[in-house]
Amino acid sequence: MINKQVPNVKEAIKGLTNGMTLMLGGFGLCGIPEHAIAEMVAMDIKELTCISNNAGVDDFGLGLLLKKHQIRKMVSSYVGENDEFERQMLSGELQVELIPQGTLAERCRAAQAGFPAIYTPAGYGTEVAQGKETREFDGKMYVLETAFKADFSFVKAWKGDAAGNLIFKSTARNFNPNMCGAATITVAEVEELVPVGSLDPNQIHIPGIFVQRIFEGKGYEKRIEKRTVRQKT
Amino acid sequence: MLDKIGIAKRIAKEVKNGYYVNLGIGIPTLVANHVRKDIEVEFQSENGVLGMGPFPFEGEEDADLINAGKQTITTLEGASFFDSATSFSMIRGKHVDLTILGAMEVSDNGDIANWKIPGYMVKGMGGAMDLVASAENIIVAMMHTNKKGKSKLLKRCSLPLTGVGCVKKVVTNLAVLEVTKKGFKLLERAKGVSVETIQQATEGHLIIDGEVPEMEF
Repeated sequence: MINKQVPNVKEAIKGLTNGMTLMLGGFGLCGIPEHAIAEMVAMDIKELTCISNNAGVDDFGLGLLLKKHQIRKMVSSYVGENDEFERQMLSGELQVELIPQGTLAERCRAAQAGFPAIYTPAGYGTEVAQGKETREFDGKMYVLETAFKADFSFVKAWKGDAAGNLIFKSTARNFNPNMCGAATITVAEVEELVPVGSLDPNQIHIPGIFVQRIFEGKGYEKRIEKRTVRQKT
Repeated sequence: MLDKIGIAKRIAKEVKNGYYVNLGIGIPTLVANHVRKDIEVEFQSENGVLGMGPFPFEGEEDADLINAGKQTITTLEGASFFDSATSFSMIRGKHVDLTILGAMEVSDNGDIANWKIPGYMVKGMGGAMDLVASAENIIVAMMHTNKKGKSKLLKRCSLPLTGVGCVKKVVTNLAVLEVTKKGFKLLERAKGVSVETIQQATEGHLIIDGEVPEMEF
């Protein structure tokens, strides 16, 4: 077993410096690497490029980094839940690249899988395809999209072990598996770090080879963005 | 004239036995409540769940279980979870049978705009561009006119496009229209709405072929 365990978030994000490009897992506030984000806020790392489907809300998730102007550029598919984001984008303080959600996932996966680029039908004929190579296959048009290049990938899993094996929970899985092994260093934070050998190899979602550092995060807030319920009848 | 629930009820009739269906945010989400109970349908949410169920009961919300609108949900028997790349493999790979989404504008050749108003509102396309670029069967649910009373069914979209030539059907508060090579073909009218009213509210080319029946649902 190759041991990937680090004692805490400080050790986990060692080497992170101003101006780096990061991938961050999560969909909305679901499955986000809360501890890595909190540590980046505390360290005041700046000029970051963040690849993440969303940008958090004003006072949680990536919104915390935005508020302190630590992000120079966001690459996302949907940013509608964050007023400060919209303000910084419309005023030009923040660079934003909006791309289709499936393209975001696949550009991560391409980086993970060693593909330099992929062809996708998404965005053909729209401003997303402007300046990009297009090509016809079987009578349909596709856009060439390149694999992301990132320095760190921060993901959040439910359970993991010191070998770096990961299991995700429900829809908190989302982009997290696609970002593992897609950057130079992948840092996984887990709710439960279990002894090596206690996870069933049949049930592992991401094998440890895609993870360089793993630590257990305590006290996840797991904020719910839109609490919706039905009444018992 | 229909309200949002009326639009959802009419669209629910388009959902057939054995369909995997992706519902967008807004009116499309309401469709799930009105699908016939005697058919088998699975709802896909692009954030990574197939077999989505109703909202949870109070106290049973799970922060790790949401839909694409970030609302807390439940799952039904036979449900599955997956990562985002797999989710969009289902979508781009044409495994999803029906996509229902909202729009700001639709043109009479099937173009759709629903993600950006330059200089004013930029929320992003989310999964919409992947959905409209791939799905064979796309129904748009929207109001026929905007808040200023201007038609949303146009000759040409004025807003940045989400996809080109992809919309097959539009269901509005006034009508059901099919997108054909020659323009919007009027299929059905909402109860009590005249063909003239629909004509006036439609800027794009409208094809009226014989008697147009009222919607039933």
